[in-house]
Amino acid sequence: MSKAFVRTEFHPDLPPPASESGPIAWLRHNLFSTWYNSLATFFVLYLAWLVIPPVLDWALFSAVWEANNYKECKAGGTGACWGMIDKRFDLFMYGFYKAEDHWRPNLAIIVFIIAMLPVLFDKLPGRRMCAMFLILGYPAFTVALIRGPIEMSSFNSTMGIALWVVAFVAAAYWGHHNAKKFNAVQSGIGYAIAYIILFIVFIAWGMGLTPTETDTYGGLMLTVMLAGVGIAVALPLGILLALGRRANSMPIVQMLCIGFIEIVRSVPLISVLFMAQFMLPLFMPEGIKFDNVMRALVGFSLFAAAYMAEVVRGGLQAIPKGQFEAADSLGLNFYLNMRLIVLPQALKIVIPGIVSTFIGLFKDTSLVSIIALADLLLVAKQSYTDSNWLGLEHTAYVFIAIIYFCICFSMSRYSMYLEQKLHTGHKR
Amino acid sequence: MKALKLLAATAALAVVSTAASAATLDDVKKKGFIQCGVTTGLAGFAAPDDKGVWKGFDVDFCRAMSAAIFGDPMKVKFTPTTGKTRFTALASGEIDVLARNTTWTMSRDTDLGFEFVGVNYYDGQGFMIRKSLGVKSATELNGASVCIQTGTTTELNLADYFRTNKMSFTPVVVEDSAEARQNYDKGACDVYTTDRSGLAAQRSVLSEPDAHMVLPEIISKEPLGPLVRHGDNKWGDLARWTLNVLISAEEMGVTQANADSMKTANNPEIKRMLGTEGDLGAMLGLGKDWGYNIIKAVGNYSEVYERNIGPKTPVNLARGVNALWNKGGILYSAPLR
Amino acid sequence: MTIETVDTQPKPNLLNDPKVRAVIAQIVVVVLFVSFVSYIVSNTAVNLEKLGIKAGFEFLGLQAGFMPTSPNFNLTGFDVSKDTHLDVFYLGLVNTILVSVLGIIAATIVGFFFGVLRLSSNPLLRFVAAAYIEGTRNIPLLLQILVWYFAVLLALPGVKQSINIGDMFFLNLRYLVIPAPIFEDGFGYVVTAIIVGIVATVFMVRWARKRQEKTGEQFPVVLAGLGLIIGLPVVTLFAVGVPLSWDIPALKGFNFQGGVQVISQLTALFLALTFYTGAFIAENVRAGILAVSHGQTEASYALGLRPNRTMSLIVIPQALRVIIPPVTSQYLNLAKNSSLAIAIGYPELVNVFMGISLNQTGKAIEIIGMTMGVYLTISLLISMFMNWYNKRVALVER
Repeated sequence: MSKAFVRTEFHPDLPPPASESGPIAWLRHNLFSTWYNSLATFFVLYLAWLVIPPVLDWALFSAVWEANNYKECKAGGTGACWGMIDKRFDLFMYGFYKAEDHWRPNLAIIVFIIAMLPVLFDKLPGRRMCAMFLILGYPAFTVALIRGPIEMSSFNSTMGIALWVVAFVAAAYWGHHNAKKFNAVQSGIGYAIAYIILFIVFIAWGMGLTPTETDTYGGLMLTVMLAGVGIAVALPLGILLALGRRANSMPIVQMLCIGFIEIVRSVPLISVLFMAQFMLPLFMPEGIKFDNVMRALVGFSLFAAAYMAEVVRGGLQAIPKGQFEAADSLGLNFYLNMRLIVLPQALKIVIPGIVSTFIGLFKDTSLVSIIALADLLLVAKQSYTDSNWLGLEHTAYVFIAIIYFCICFSMSRYSMYLEQKLHTGHKR
Repeated sequence: MKALKLLAATAALAVVSTAASAATLDDVKKKGFIQCGVTTGLAGFAAPDDKGVWKGFDVDFCRAMSAAIFGDPMKVKFTPTTGKTRFTALASGEIDVLARNTTWTMSRDTDLGFEFVGVNYYDGQGFMIRKSLGVKSATELNGASVCIQTGTTTELNLADYFRTNKMSFTPVVVEDSAEARQNYDKGACDVYTTDRSGLAAQRSVLSEPDAHMVLPEIISKEPLGPLVRHGDNKWGDLARWTLNVLISAEEMGVTQANADSMKTANNPEIKRMLGTEGDLGAMLGLGKDWGYNIIKAVGNYSEVYERNIGPKTPVNLARGVNALWNKGGILYSAPLR
Repeated sequence: MTIETVDTQPKPNLLNDPKVRAVIAQIVVVVLFVSFVSYIVSNTAVNLEKLGIKAGFEFLGLQAGFMPTSPNFNLTGFDVSKDTHLDVFYLGLVNTILVSVLGIIAATIVGFFFGVLRLSSNPLLRFVAAAYIEGTRNIPLLLQILVWYFAVLLALPGVKQSINIGDMFFLNLRYLVIPAPIFEDGFGYVVTAIIVGIVATVFMVRWARKRQEKTGEQFPVVLAGLGLIIGLPVVTLFAVGVPLSWDIPALKGFNFQGGVQVISQLTALFLALTFYTGAFIAENVRAGILAVSHGQTEASYALGLRPNRTMSLIVIPQALRVIIPPVTSQYLNLAKNSSLAIAIGYPELVNVFMGISLNQTGKAIEIIGMTMGVYLTISLLISMFMNWYNKRVALVER
């Protein structure tokens, strides 16, 4: 009788071979899996050794943190001259905006961030209210805060004021009247006009602050303002253009929209800005004057609108036809269909696209430096050509590059986060 | 629908009423300041200091106008313009007066529709070069690369000059003066050309001003002066006589310091200028003491010159032809009477 | 007795008929648009009249009088003593096309390289690719152009101290100067050989594909093609006795004489455009490769294909279909962004024509219109070409 060996219990798991676990295995599998991979690894490490120490040395160890002019910087060390940034920090942030008024843009940004938080992260309460405020109230608030009252002669006479009041009451009543009759378009127009009148009155009042001049705006403040106004105008305009482009029943409207979108999208922004600069004054009747900032804003907003229109169109196309048909079968008219069914879905899909358009827009604001607006880039240029701070372009460029990078990078990260969140929302 | 029409009418009214156009002087008085176009920054002529206050030779002209109108030199808003945007800005009414080293040429005076009110600086195009290159004359510049700022008569003069002398050159064309200077300073070109006043101004802010020199050749006539739009003669007169007061004051020895005591001087022309005799201001639609205000605010031509671009400043420009006619120059003012 | 017939169907309000509404809405829009345009046109006419500017294209025939570019970087042979604003336009156009084409080629290579690197199994390489992509994508292009020009290229040594590379290439802060080929008599044969080589390769590829479909046998297409396109001209070159010499640059006076000068402005613009657009293309490439389902790769392995063949035969052809549309719009962006050369003075269309010519003539409407027309045409051409290519790629699907 042979005695067979029968195992009655499992042999305990052996630890994986040393070469297959732990950091060494990770290294082997990821960094040194093949000979060319190893070569690449060593090459990258060599590159890092070549690049990182001098960069750190320039930015930190050999940098000069306090200086009054470039000579002190050159004497103080071979690295960056952060002393210049320190001395000209206000210029970089606000341009020539008066120092005693710096709280105004600061407050505008703080209010924006606070109102934006619930919109960005849905765990916080008050999302609807904040969004309403951002869309309806915030633009007027910011314009009034930063610009102060805008002189309008029609507010100086009783007759003028009476006209404004009459107009407002008429528009609001008309809107209300039509809303009761479910005339979506007419009530929308009525309310919109009433809102615009309120808006004009509010910025004319300017919250009783001292007025400021647009030519003092500069630095990061101007950059953010350009991008902000650009997107605020471009979004509604872009939605209209996108709807117009898809309005198959109205070929002429469609043609006009396509023409505008395609022409604007195929020319460079700089030519649009030049056009705003040189041709806008020719287009206006005598006496109506646009200042430099206004002209740039007009060009910039129209440019952004064309891109926005394409983003929104992408969203509209992503809505299945069944949704339109279902809405039609429920008896919804075009406007209710758009407002209740299509746009809420489409806009949700296009939010990442809107964010990336906004990033592009934010970067494109740097082009206004070519038409002599003192945005962040021009302030940097003025800094290193200033007779006190000659030849410090590296410092100036690196500083503003960091600012641009931080803002754009965080926005693009947020957009990716959003994309993921929306993506899981569609998964079953 | 009626409501809609009414709204449209109101809106139109609101837009139009903000922009009602009148004579420039009335406009300026109403809004309370002059809008003055200057360069984006040229040391000595117009540049903002660290606080954002504009200073310079051209800036002082606008301040003088402000003093004449408001009795206060600070009621000016400055709009920086590039060589390209300056004429649009003036033509469109964005600025009321352009004081930006602009050369008085026939086509600008007639075809472009502007009115030059006089010459505040007689200039000519020249060349700046590194001393180390050992070049002593512009005729030795064959094959050189030349930094030019666009939007001026400069590139035309330059091309003509090199063609006449059968030389070739490599243009490095850039948009604004700071960039042109940076290109030159770093060695992207051998020569920097612009008006000689501009060269002096730019030289003062190079990293090593003493390593550069301005060549003796002057290849063009560049009478620089302030200008206004065609068609508003009253405003043009105001600008013209502001300039004349500055020059006359130097002729008669009236300065910022002695303006008060000069009010009682025996010279009737001084009295007319300072407003103690006659009423020249009324002819311009201004107060009696407009001339006094100008001199009190910025001084006479010589003071403005010495303060901003004279030999004691970093720009270091000698008066040369810009001295008074009786001191060997060609500066000459029409009489105030 | 008469029965009153009651029209039970109420007459619908005309306004509620969608067709009528569409017509009315369109009429309103057209009226608004036309009045807007005529308002602008009349304002413009009044303003031009007031400024004493006459509209028209006569200025194109006037002598320009200025020199828009370096005599050593003068692709159209601009002659300052007689050439007109139209020649300036032409010069600008050629320079725009030059930098766009160079940029598109280089950006494609850079983009594909980093896009694939971004998916490497080596985390270090992935990090390098990510750092490059995020770093360039999030900083304005204009700033990058300025950095390349002012901080990198202008930091090179001066003309007299040029970096000498083998006595043939000289690099300094103003330009890179390279030997220029001089074609002598008989070079036409070589050109003919190149054309013959290309045509022969096209036919060979078609023949090889047909043969493979019929018999399954493969033909070394790449090797044979290279032989035809490179080998044939080289053989011809030597056969006709090398009718080619090189114009070697040499320092004379202020500058180098001879050779081709690649001006720093072009180099800076080219580098900035390449790396900026390359980063966007890299992201498109990555997305395209990821869009190919992993099952495809696994199936290909199961069939016994090696990884590189899997990549070239299975993954890339499918990924290309996803990659091409967004890459097209990147090409368009690159062409448009070349206009930023105005910041550093590369003599392209916007700089010389919309810049200097506009200054000299003051014809804002005509010049801006012409410039926009050029970009419109370029973008139409690129999208037409890409649509054609896209269709070809899409046909691979059976």
